[in-house]
Amino acid sequence: MNRLEVKNLACERGGRLLFSNLSFSLNPGAVLVIEGRNGAGKTTLLRMLAGLRSIEDGVVSFDGLSIEQLADAYYQQLAYLGHLNAVKYDLTVSENLKFAQQLSTVVSNIDDALHKVGLDGYQDTLSRHLSAGQKRKLALARLLCIHKRLWILDEPFTSLDKSSIAMFEGLIHEHVSQGGMVIITTHHPINLPDSILLRLTL
Amino acid sequence: MAISMHLRAFGAVIVRDLLLAFRHKSELVNSIAFFILVVSLFPLGVGADIVLLRKIAPGVIWVAALLATFLSLDHLFRSDYEDGCLELILMSPHPVSLIVLAKIMAHWMLTGVPLTLIAPLLAGMYGLENSSIAVLMLTLLIGTPILSLIGAIAIALTVGLRKGGVMLALLILPFYVPVLIFATAAIDAQIAGFPVSGQINMLLALLALALTLSPWPTAVALKMSLS
Repeated sequence: MNRLEVKNLACERGGRLLFSNLSFSLNPGAVLVIEGRNGAGKTTLLRMLAGLRSIEDGVVSFDGLSIEQLADAYYQQLAYLGHLNAVKYDLTVSENLKFAQQLSTVVSNIDDALHKVGLDGYQDTLSRHLSAGQKRKLALARLLCIHKRLWILDEPFTSLDKSSIAMFEGLIHEHVSQGGMVIITTHHPINLPDSILLRLTL
Repeated sequence: MAISMHLRAFGAVIVRDLLLAFRHKSELVNSIAFFILVVSLFPLGVGADIVLLRKIAPGVIWVAALLATFLSLDHLFRSDYEDGCLELILMSPHPVSLIVLAKIMAHWMLTGVPLTLIAPLLAGMYGLENSSIAVLMLTLLIGTPILSLIGAIAIALTVGLRKGGVMLALLILPFYVPVLIFATAAIDAQIAGFPVSGQINMLLALLALALTLSPWPTAVALKMSLS
């Protein structure tokens, strides 16, 4: 159950074939690291998997149903973090998280999530007053306070310092050990046990 | 998923957009200031001919309201598009059309409602009588949500474009014409002493049409703009 399966996926952008015949599957408890040079189509692939970009050729299925069929049901299981933080600068830290929770079905405590990413005591700070790294942490905290099975993360370590990256690797480990799935692109060497790590090079 | 969940998300989007507007007042004030300036400058330019002013009042006030709404529309999805919140909203487990409707409603509360409330103050400069002002307010109350609903489709189509300005006007303004015609016709009819229910009913029909038909294409256009 809860298996993400990709079959014969192809993508063309601007008249160039980025990848074709891409097939893989991801089971609960595993982290898939997508690697590739700049312009290989990593972000495009993630956006296709997240349903943000239409799939021209191939099938992406979750629990045996294609994500187009699942539509809203797929989004009950999926959390996506792109290049943009999706943080509203004019809202406070906790207002940002609360809004994400109000859009979700199953939620957990905001203060716990902030504690885990190291933003304790910033609850009532306007998000525009956070540093770039702290804004990224706020976006990561959002993953923790909405319960989603599948995380799709596009360069999540951008502007994070070393200790924060280690902290977040720990959170990814915790998520998959509870039966979650993670798909991630990063230029940073990821420090997780090989037993849970899958690699895909575009 | 339960309807109550959808309604909670609907309410959350409205509350968030209102809160953001009050924290960032310049956008809120811009379109209203534009409306006040245009409507109050006309009598100065035309002169104190009360018969003429009374004759042009419905047209001037409505065109100003229409353009003020048009100017404010750009903010509807722009900031959410730029900071990535639009992706977050589109990937929520709720119907996108419902979320879109919430955003349009918030937009109307921030433009249409203030315009409707300010109009009677400005109408005094045109020598409109109280009964005419009441009809003016009624047409604005019914008409401005139509403007927001129609505009949302075009805004969603152009949100991914860097410079959508001129194309946007070409896309939207033709669809605003029926609203303008029926709204001003209602006020004209009232001034001339005729019943206004025909025009008001037409406006209500347009509102029902826009309310039911606008959120879906807007949702589809947003998804297209993001991909």
